[in-house]
Amino acid sequence: METSSSAPTAVPSTTNAPRPVFEVEGLHVDYSTELGSLHAVRNVSLTVHEHESFGLVGESGSGKSTLAMGAIRYLAQNGRVTDGSIRLNGVELLGLSPKELRELWGSRIGVVYQNPLGALNPSIVIGRQLAEVARQHLGMDSAAARGQVEEMLTKVAMPDIEAVMKRYPHQLSGGMLQRCVIAMALMTNPSLLIMDEPTTALDVTTQAVVLDLVTDLKSEFDSAILYITHDLGVIARICDRVGVMYAGEFMEQAELLELFRRPLHPYTLDLLGCVPRFDPRPEKRSLVTIPGAIPRLDELPPGCIFAPRCTYVEEACTTAQPPLAGVDGNHLSACRRWQIVPPPAEYIRAATEAISPDIEVCGKGAVLLEAEQVQVHFKVRGGVIRRREQRRIRAVDGVDLRVFEGQTLGVVGESGSGKTTVARAIIGLTPATDGHVRLRGRELERTTGGRPRILLREIQMVFQNPDASLNPTRSVGDAIVRPLTLLGGLGSKEAKQRAKALLEAVSLPVSYFDRLPHELSGGEKQRVAIARAFAAEPALILCDEPISSLDVAVQGSLMNLLMRLQIEKGTSYMFISHDLSAIQHLSDAIAVVYLGRVMEIGDAVRVLTPPFHPYTEALLSAVPLADPDVKQKPIRLEGSVPSAMDVPAGCRFHPRCPRVLGDICAEQEPPWREGEGDHHVYCHIPLDELVRVQAETLVLGESEGGV
Amino acid sequence: MGRFIIRRLGFMVLTVIVASIIIFWATTILPGDVASQVLGRYATEQAKNNMRVELGLDKPVTVQYATWLGNFVKGDWGVSPSTATEVLPLVLHRLSNSFMLALVAFLMYVPLGILLGLVAALHKNRWADQTISVGSLAFIGLPEFVSGLILITIFAIELRWLPAQSAIAADATFTEALPYLILPALTVTLTNLAYVVRMTRSSTVDVLQMDYVRTANLKGLPPRRVLFTHVMRNSLLPTITVVAMGIGWLIGGLIVTEQVFGYPGIGRLLLFAIQRRDLALIQTTALVLVVIYVVANLIADILYAVLNPRIRYQ
Repeated sequence: METSSSAPTAVPSTTNAPRPVFEVEGLHVDYSTELGSLHAVRNVSLTVHEHESFGLVGESGSGKSTLAMGAIRYLAQNGRVTDGSIRLNGVELLGLSPKELRELWGSRIGVVYQNPLGALNPSIVIGRQLAEVARQHLGMDSAAARGQVEEMLTKVAMPDIEAVMKRYPHQLSGGMLQRCVIAMALMTNPSLLIMDEPTTALDVTTQAVVLDLVTDLKSEFDSAILYITHDLGVIARICDRVGVMYAGEFMEQAELLELFRRPLHPYTLDLLGCVPRFDPRPEKRSLVTIPGAIPRLDELPPGCIFAPRCTYVEEACTTAQPPLAGVDGNHLSACRRWQIVPPPAEYIRAATEAISPDIEVCGKGAVLLEAEQVQVHFKVRGGVIRRREQRRIRAVDGVDLRVFEGQTLGVVGESGSGKTTVARAIIGLTPATDGHVRLRGRELERTTGGRPRILLREIQMVFQNPDASLNPTRSVGDAIVRPLTLLGGLGSKEAKQRAKALLEAVSLPVSYFDRLPHELSGGEKQRVAIARAFAAEPALILCDEPISSLDVAVQGSLMNLLMRLQIEKGTSYMFISHDLSAIQHLSDAIAVVYLGRVMEIGDAVRVLTPPFHPYTEALLSAVPLADPDVKQKPIRLEGSVPSAMDVPAGCRFHPRCPRVLGDICAEQEPPWREGEGDHHVYCHIPLDELVRVQAETLVLGESEGGV
Repeated sequence: MGRFIIRRLGFMVLTVIVASIIIFWATTILPGDVASQVLGRYATEQAKNNMRVELGLDKPVTVQYATWLGNFVKGDWGVSPSTATEVLPLVLHRLSNSFMLALVAFLMYVPLGILLGLVAALHKNRWADQTISVGSLAFIGLPEFVSGLILITIFAIELRWLPAQSAIAADATFTEALPYLILPALTVTLTNLAYVVRMTRSSTVDVLQMDYVRTANLKGLPPRRVLFTHVMRNSLLPTITVVAMGIGWLIGGLIVTEQVFGYPGIGRLLLFAIQRRDLALIQTTALVLVVIYVVANLIADILYAVLNPRIRYQ
């Protein structure tokens, strides 16, 4: 299973390139576990230069973080670097004592983590946590350290520094916290900055601001950046060079544009193909799926580790392991057949199919569901002694939307926009406090308890977290049989038959019928949740971020599944997500929500082309697209969504709106402006004016993805 | 924070009132007649009746309860029939004895427990951890009348280092009493150590896995600094709460230990009162213990809130 020692470790020749800062050669990281010694990272080499950012991309379990942490020699007690060489500014890190390593950590090596709230100590104020680095490594006294912290916080564009330094982590927003962590990591102007999914836990608008900041800081500081992410969009936005990892090895390394334009490894092609392309046109294609799953470390296949899942596999691939070798200057591929790997557009076209809904089944005809001025307010009680006047959380504050038969309405917005609460009000889990919900014209009672059974089966829901939505003590079969007998009125024998058919429909083996949820992977559990939702043969399924917690490849296959089932059964979806790429891929119509209100709604094509509501425009500018050739607008939203207890007067978006007109926005509710083809925009700016200012800088550049 | 404390105080008063009702009710349904108990089996019916009137036992139960609770609050705790002495000084004296014992025990088992817990957590699943866990758990199952007697046998009878009995004089100062306190305190330590060790160990193990500990390590801080500034500050929070709640138990719950060593604490006073069916003494002592218990809980809550900024700033 060990890589053949004859594999040459190809290090790119960098004659005219800037100085190499961080050089990893032939690194092996092992974990000793009950299963024996697992080789988590095998024979990995990479070089990061001054001012350069090297992106490490791959699915979860590909060894990205193990590589990064192993390379700075911070491993769990059972982890060990067994072979290789790691040089930082020419100094070998292997063989350094723990004390010598500690002198590097925090001074020459800075780290930014995925979850900034968890990465900061909850019981120490921000200022002290940051100052600690300056005191430890720059030999400063507390006054000097304080000055240094202030200077660093200024550099990361932190507002209100004095106050921030006195705050505890839980008192700051995610974006602010990540700026603090970045300031802390850059305090000593480190040679190497490791960023481990630094924006994954943030909202898309905040992510855009943080990514801009990283881009700015890249030129200001001398650090070489090792950037870990699963998101090709983020890679495209900020990396210079990219390494694609799979099960502990590099499959490919190339300069950014090279990798996206002409990838030379089938795995890279697959990764590119399973992310939806941003394309407002209504014609849709399925996404590339990668058969099988990433191999377990104790069951690595012989030969090329990707061979069992590869489109271009041949006999020879399964016997000898190909080395990661230079195929074209700096471009390295671990595929023996890299010459036959087609360009991405060609590959993706061949690996996917056009999705053409059957007009008979999915014809855009009648309105299925209509929500009119739906409102969900929660009352907040004061204390026991002094009962303060009651305050209200206006989670959903007058939402109008419609879902058509056989179609998908995408609902998109930042966290705190109330999108989940709308769905819960529609299905009756959280009773609306005002407004109407009608299904095929029939008014629905506000709670599930008030609704007749025949209506209950018409609306089903798929939740974000399948671990929590499937009963851990009930088998997969039980979960699907229950709605069949309860709502479908089937006898237990028929129900069992139907449940097995449903398992097949969601591409799960029938043998899963008797399994318990914990025996399934996240993607499989979500398939069960989808089968369960379809069991009652509903007219409408509310999908609440059903793919957000899953890996990109799994996301792609679930989106394919949802689209296929929709075509087969004519079911309507309300698809809730913060991920605009997924929304635009799946939706026929899109509603953009902000702070409990719809800001813009209409056919997907209309919503995704000008005129945009300024909020939509900002979301479109923020979402990182997996295509470095597309230029996006630099429109950024500062701050975060205000509290739903304190909704701004006038247009609720005005405090953050980049196109705010003036007093009118702060004083008056905007009108609904109606565009062509059922397109509505809630804004004071007239539509033709919006078209004029927005046409100047289109969100999508000239060069279409072309796929 | 102010509102938090006010709310907690409200709950505290409520708890004490409910407890006082239960105590009063329980003592009135106790079999046996106080008058016969005090005056003896051969007293005349007349004398017994006089006694009952004197004690207010002829009045309705609600009136008796109200009078008792009112007097308790005023500090007028009356005279104990069985000893014919004022209840207030008697209870206070025993209470201060119990406080002394609790303090010595506390100073023994809390620092030791935290230290052992930290060591166990830092050596999770290795021999040091297993030794500490097994060792401390072994004593938790050992009743005080066994561990106490073992300690007496070793330190008092065999080695003759410390006195076997702890019947300290009523006017003994702390330094005079100290040698008498060590063995009972050690007994208490053996039973209580495991709680503190387990609590410290598990919360420290949790905290050691937190992302912010990784951050602290990757800041390049020396291990000792990571432990003191970043780990302990968070991991000792739950321990402190449990320990503070234990104070209440420590003062009222030492009946067995006090009995083994003949130590004149409040637990032994309660036992004495129950044996003598001395209602006034039972009720008052029990209620005093409730108040102490509730106050200890309040301190634990406030301490937790003060030390935890996530609660402090809500």
